[in-house]
Amino acid sequence: MSDVAIIGIGIHPFGRTEGMTGLQQGVHAAREALSDAEMEWGDIQFAFGGSSAAGNADAMVNDLGLTGIPFMNVSNGCATGGSSLLSAYTTIKSGQFDIGMAVGFDKHPRGAFNADPEASGLERWYGETGLMLTTQFFGMKIQRYMHDYGITSDSLAIVAEKAFNNASLNPNAWRRDPVSKDTILNAMMVSDPLTKYMFCSPAEGAVALIMCRADIAHKFTSKPLFLKGAAFRSRPLGSFEVFSPSLEIERGPSPTVGASEATFEMAGMTRDDIDIAQLQDTESGAEIMHMAENGFCKDGDQEKLLQDGDTKLNGKLPVNTDGGCIANGEPVGASGLRQVYENCVQLRGEAGKRQVQGNPKTAYTHVYGAPGISACTIVTT
Amino acid sequence: MSNQKPIADNLFTWPSDKPKLLGSRDSETGRYFFPAKRSNTHEQVELSTKGTLWTWTVQRFMPKTPYIGTENPEDFEPYPVGYIELPGQIMVESRLSGVKAEDLKIGMEMELSIEPFVKNEDGEDLMMFSFKPSKDL
Repeated sequence: MSDVAIIGIGIHPFGRTEGMTGLQQGVHAAREALSDAEMEWGDIQFAFGGSSAAGNADAMVNDLGLTGIPFMNVSNGCATGGSSLLSAYTTIKSGQFDIGMAVGFDKHPRGAFNADPEASGLERWYGETGLMLTTQFFGMKIQRYMHDYGITSDSLAIVAEKAFNNASLNPNAWRRDPVSKDTILNAMMVSDPLTKYMFCSPAEGAVALIMCRADIAHKFTSKPLFLKGAAFRSRPLGSFEVFSPSLEIERGPSPTVGASEATFEMAGMTRDDIDIAQLQDTESGAEIMHMAENGFCKDGDQEKLLQDGDTKLNGKLPVNTDGGCIANGEPVGASGLRQVYENCVQLRGEAGKRQVQGNPKTAYTHVYGAPGISACTIVTT
Repeated sequence: MSNQKPIADNLFTWPSDKPKLLGSRDSETGRYFFPAKRSNTHEQVELSTKGTLWTWTVQRFMPKTPYIGTENPEDFEPYPVGYIELPGQIMVESRLSGVKAEDLKIGMEMELSIEPFVKNEDGEDLMMFSFKPSKDL
């Protein structure tokens, strides 16, 4: 079986783009990826793509060209992008096709996501009485975690401050103005202990990645990157997930733990091998908990790591180097692919003012979302 | 006094002097479920009315649909929510009543309370469960 390379990357800036549909942003990202790989759409043999709120990805062929390729729509909640990537990876790995695209885009209305109890297999009263809000889940999960492991609100603010600082160096990010730790801490509380600057918002944006068999990658680029591991997991018994009217008393691991383990096993690597990481930061607390769930530290060690600045751009393990979800927003279909895009930019040494020094060679991504799904990747030079 | 009816069937015993949440227990695994699951292996059980607060937050903005609370954004009062650990059974997510956010503490003792939530078109009170502190604060 062949290894899989990433040979072309494209993005449409995240944030709000009036007058442009999500699908058009997807086409923009796809064309940018084709140009990056010095390819034509006709060279692409298959594609996986998805959005959660901006239409069917396969409608992109109207703009990109009617070449008759299999273009499969993916719909997998917050892991839509990760699932597209994993599907493309598996398709190449299986030998079915040599060159393909994973693309994701979205355009969400402002404000918190609307929840539909029936779509999540829940009873109507759960939504009607005001219990079905993602923001409540995030507040309650980090509240318990802070209680158990001594994480402070100050550390929650450090995570958000870092996100805006990194985004200020990223021309594709949405919220590019630095926000001080005090402003973050004293801002309006959304769901205790999380203030409004600690949460990401639904947004818009698109990312496309072109992948191929590793042994032909040098035909298209002098800087191929290699997808060494990619895995997806859904929730195991005992995990604490959004939209749960009840929970098991006996607590279990999150889906992240399984996805992360499987990814490292595939890559034959350990956490110490990773130079930079993009971890799902739906809010500040998520980034903190995901540092441990992904195995980069023990529960509770985050407090010192954050206070010491170890996850900043110049730290021991830079995390969310492009500003993460907090500063880019979360266009669901594109979000997981944005993380991989940023890793590719960093590993190519093309990240400009936010470039992590010391020639990073290995990079990790982790996406997590409703209703308890997680996908991880490892990309190397 | 207006008529009262539960916001949903099979959620809690009602009417009752000592209402209880209705869950189910899987006879094969012994696991508890809430709300109750309908299955051949599940038997309906009345859940404990007392437990401890496992975690909490406060809903500080007015929820969008499918929320049916009748507040306006202007007069919306933030409400606390949390998970109550019912020992030996399950943790149940619930609104928390009779307590201010600053008095909430993980581990505090809580008990079930059935309270009017909104009125329906017929003027009946739709009753919803919540948990309130067992002791005066």
